[in-house]
Amino acid sequence: MRAHRLGAVLAVALTATLASCGSSEPEGPEAAQSPAAAAAGPVTLTYWTWAPNMDKITKVWNAANPDIQVTVSKQAGGDDAAAKFLTAAKAGNPPDLVQAEYQHLPSFIAAEAVADLKNETAAIKGEFSDGLWGLVTLGTDAVYGIPQDSGPMMLFYRQDLFDKYGIDVPKTWQEYADAARAVRKKDPSVHLGTFSSKDPGAFTGLAQQAGAQWWSISGESWKVGIADEPTKKVAAYWDGLVKEGAIDDMPYFTPEWNKALNDGKLLTWPSAVWAPGVLSSNAPKAAGKWAVAPLPQWNAGENHSGFWGGSSTAVAAASPHRAAAAKFATWLNTDPAAVDLLVKEAAIYPATTKAQSALGQAPEYFSNQPDFWQQAATVSAGARGFTFGPNVGTTYNAFKDAFDKALRDRTPFADAIQAVQDATVTDMRKSGFQIAA
Amino acid sequence: MSTPTETVAARHRAAGGRRPLGVVPTALLLIGALYCVFPVIWVLIAATKSPGELFSTSTLSFGTGFLDNVTDLFAYRDGVFWLWAGNTLLYAGGGALLSTAVSAISGYTLAKYRFPGRGLIFNLLIGGILVPAVVLAIPQYLLFSKIGLADTYWAVLLPQILHPYSIYLARIYAAAAVPDSLLEAGRIDGAGEWRLMSRVAMPLMVPGMVTIFLFQFVAIWNNFLLPFIMLGDDGKFPLTVGLFTLLASGANQPALYNLILTGAFLSLLPLIALFLTMQRYWRTDLSSGAVK
Repeated sequence: MRAHRLGAVLAVALTATLASCGSSEPEGPEAAQSPAAAAAGPVTLTYWTWAPNMDKITKVWNAANPDIQVTVSKQAGGDDAAAKFLTAAKAGNPPDLVQAEYQHLPSFIAAEAVADLKNETAAIKGEFSDGLWGLVTLGTDAVYGIPQDSGPMMLFYRQDLFDKYGIDVPKTWQEYADAARAVRKKDPSVHLGTFSSKDPGAFTGLAQQAGAQWWSISGESWKVGIADEPTKKVAAYWDGLVKEGAIDDMPYFTPEWNKALNDGKLLTWPSAVWAPGVLSSNAPKAAGKWAVAPLPQWNAGENHSGFWGGSSTAVAAASPHRAAAAKFATWLNTDPAAVDLLVKEAAIYPATTKAQSALGQAPEYFSNQPDFWQQAATVSAGARGFTFGPNVGTTYNAFKDAFDKALRDRTPFADAIQAVQDATVTDMRKSGFQIAA
Repeated sequence: MSTPTETVAARHRAAGGRRPLGVVPTALLLIGALYCVFPVIWVLIAATKSPGELFSTSTLSFGTGFLDNVTDLFAYRDGVFWLWAGNTLLYAGGGALLSTAVSAISGYTLAKYRFPGRGLIFNLLIGGILVPAVVLAIPQYLLFSKIGLADTYWAVLLPQILHPYSIYLARIYAAAAVPDSLLEAGRIDGAGEWRLMSRVAMPLMVPGMVTIFLFQFVAIWNNFLLPFIMLGDDGKFPLTVGLFTLLASGANQPALYNLILTGAFLSLLPLIALFLTMQRYWRTDLSSGAVK
């Protein structure tokens, strides 16, 4: 049994290498070369993902590739999915392929749960922007996943209410703060925006926009800079607005927040390119009333943004079918037909540069903004990320605790950010990582 | 005719005399009942709201979208809801039946037989009650992976069959409900041990077994963490884990709140039905069986 399997693996590895120059018929030679592979039948890959309709997309692949059959198992997304994958990897039976959010990928790498796809992905590196590629390499030579979607941040705002209150779209954060105060004067029941202590992902994106570098690797040791100058600047900015009451402090994605969106009590949401999906579900009545603009900038004339969300497709280190899995992941995320399906069926914002600029019709919710995708592509080009550390889960939990406390006790956000930094460093030391001073 | 009425009236009067003292407990119980029932009512009301109404209408006003929600839920991913419902029924029904059988036999044995190690086994079981099942989920997953049973139906069924608290309950119940004299009488009449258990002891233990069954059924029905960790294949998910995939479906996809609420409400119905039909067993007097 084991021998058969090994034979199949080798055969697949061999044919995948042969096929990597673009030939689309590896099935023939494989069957001819290796009786073991023929006896073992086609390779079956399991794929954990939470992207909607992924089963329909793999059906297209399965029909064209009888020798590499992919079974999708739809999981719940988010931090729990990462924990589940790590547990499965530890127990020795992870799925072959897994959807890995950029911020969780380093923890997978630290646990040696995902495979290095450097050789398999050499040809497709150019399809992605450097910023996105850095998220799957962590700045090393290895490649731990293939970028699938990305979440560059933009400013979503209620156009009708901006007109009503006579506010211009803020181009800088200074203008945003002024607008927030102006709105409060005109209608005390309305806020320009809110600061969410429950969504570290959003804050991370804003810190990235300001140029933060929360983690970096130098040699064998990590450098943790969560409390760096750009992050402190962002924290102090929101601290001021919240404390003077210019903006609200309710968390995103709560019933309260949904209600405020529906009632027109919140005028903006600095969010990512996937926001139309959320808005159309949580505030269906406001369709056509929202518009999008680039995030306000720290200095007038700049064009920076950050990322909130986005994920890659990684191959489990324990997968016996690494080459086949890499082949599928490459197809899924770079083949024009596949990416087109991802956009249409899974409603993702694609990671490949080519696909980003090819997006045509604006989301239905934003039918009033026909240049939605052009705006997104422009923003995406200026978006900068940073290397995520191996314990983002701890960092994000510390963020929630610290900022909840800061909001409750009215203590400075700067202290909260320092607490997040300390919790992260302590946890990394405990896990045996070297921390550079 | 008049005598029983008078007695009832007298009883009422007696109760009436104590009423001032009874107000506080009654009020407490009512508050408790409201506290327990309110979330269920909230789910019921929320399940009737269409996506547009869910966050924009007042909390306690009924919506107009219930039938649409149900239709959408059943159509979601080609009716995967039914598959999950079937899985839940299998896990909860099969698991609770097996668990009841194991608990009843073990409890009876521990209560009625003296053998070396009985005290030790019982103490271990008591210790087991103190360990929450949640803590064991990950070690169990690692063990099941080792023997190749992870991601199978057995991975969810087996850990829930042995339930220390149920065994403890069965032992207490057997000790009280099965008189030693009855077993003695059976032995004198020539019944074997198997026959004594299956024909004499088990019928007496039915009310206790129903309690254990219901306990376990509800516990497995609501269990989230164990199937969440054990199962990778979404075709084997129970409702709890399945509905969770609707909630956490990634940032770029709207959470399907109205489908989740409708699904949660529908998954409550079998539990309510089960309790309404089974609760009469709880009232059954111990002595209504063979001792009469």
